[in-house]
Amino acid sequence: MNEVLITLIVELEDRPGQLLKVLEPISKMGGNIVGIVHQRGKKTPLNRLPVEISFKIDSKKLEKLIGSLRSSGILVRSVNEVKLTATTSVLLIGHLIHTDISDTIQSIDIDGEAECVEMHVNMPEISGPSTAIVSISAAGNEKLKEALEKLREICRRKKITMIEPVNEDLV
Amino acid sequence: MIRIAIVGFGTVGQGFAELLERKKEEIRKKIGEFKVVAIADSKSSISGEFSIDEAIKIKRIEGRLRDDRKADELIDEVDFDILAEATHTRLDGGNGLNYIKKALKKGSHVITSNKGPLVSEFKGLMNLAERNSVKLMYEATVGGAMPTIKLIKRYLAFCEIESVRGILNGTCNYILSRMEEEGLPYEQILNEAQELGIAEADPTYDVEGVDAAAKLIIIANTIGVDAKFEDVERVGIRKITPEAFKVAKEKGYTIRLIAEVSKETLRVSPRLVPLSHPLAIKGTMNAAMFKTDTAGNIFVAGRGAGKEETASAMLSDLYDIYVSN
Repeated sequence: MNEVLITLIVELEDRPGQLLKVLEPISKMGGNIVGIVHQRGKKTPLNRLPVEISFKIDSKKLEKLIGSLRSSGILVRSVNEVKLTATTSVLLIGHLIHTDISDTIQSIDIDGEAECVEMHVNMPEISGPSTAIVSISAAGNEKLKEALEKLREICRRKKITMIEPVNEDLV
Repeated sequence: MIRIAIVGFGTVGQGFAELLERKKEEIRKKIGEFKVVAIADSKSSISGEFSIDEAIKIKRIEGRLRDDRKADELIDEVDFDILAEATHTRLDGGNGLNYIKKALKKGSHVITSNKGPLVSEFKGLMNLAERNSVKLMYEATVGGAMPTIKLIKRYLAFCEIESVRGILNGTCNYILSRMEEEGLPYEQILNEAQELGIAEADPTYDVEGVDAAAKLIIIANTIGVDAKFEDVERVGIRKITPEAFKVAKEKGYTIRLIAEVSKETLRVSPRLVPLSHPLAIKGTMNAAMFKTDTAGNIFVAGRGAGKEETASAMLSDLYDIYVSN
């Protein structure tokens, strides 16, 4: 399954029960809602309310979902896949396995907007320290900085040496 | 006639004296007649009639200078226009701090190679120099022969310096670049560096980033960031493994100890540096990258330590005092 992060903007009539008409189909197709933002300040001339909904879903089901929303009368203004555009690598040195490396890596996941996309671990001996290079992708530099800050914090707690890149616009 | 007194007559002090002697013709042409009127170390001194060669010879043979008069008495009693202060760095300032203050209060310029006084009292010393209408020059405290301080103050005078990232400790850079090349563990390369005289018997000052942090504080204050030594977030290089270089290389990186200052950052730590990046230099070299608002990125590199290199930085300060006026 190839899960993608989608931001969907729909225009809803400003009365009770409208939002549910959008959320239910997403949920039924196995989508995972990440965030909902009512854009109250941006009402349309026809007094409709734009609502931005972020969710993760299997990419194959996206087209069908949008089709069913439209056929049920929902005004879909835009559908965008959030791309992870910023990438960097960090090096971790320490007792990575004993301190639960998957927990370490998961700490940087920010609602699908930042995640570990690649990892290479080098473990010379069981009792000694191991080394990993971890590639992190995020939806933009701000999210990437946020992810690195989270990782820094968990490494501090687990006494892992984190070596950050010296790249131009990072950190 | 420019009268020079030298305090601190170890490697750096002697190197400065030797360079003054060797380059005397060029110095005379560029800034005028000069004379070394007094030299002192921690327990002895020489003043009055003597030559530089004679002073160096006595010091080498006897381990001290001719007279019993100590440095602080000498500063009080002898008239001079410039004090070249080259005593050993102590982070609390040590005797050097006292010598510099005395000289500035007397109204003489000071050229120092000693980080300690600047790390402990940067602002106070600069204010003291200004109040007495003299200059306190310190090119030799950072990066050895690599132009750093005067680069900031002269060429980048009207730039806002957004960040400085540098390799400010040659010992660490030697160890890391050898680990990169040979794939050997830290301890083994450290031993090699100690045998070559690149690392001290007690390497803490270098490998824990203390030296780099002291230099970073001097750079920070020079670009207008009011920072103290305790503010530096500091991580050394002891924990770096040979495997770290291996996995870093697969992604196109190497590892260097980078000192960084910007509005948000003040730290000395090992960092991933792209192999093609100018800071990925090898050996005992120092390097620095200045990010500015109007001049873009400026990169300098050079030998960060050594007798002649440090003396050449002090000589450039001497030139600056007399030519920039």
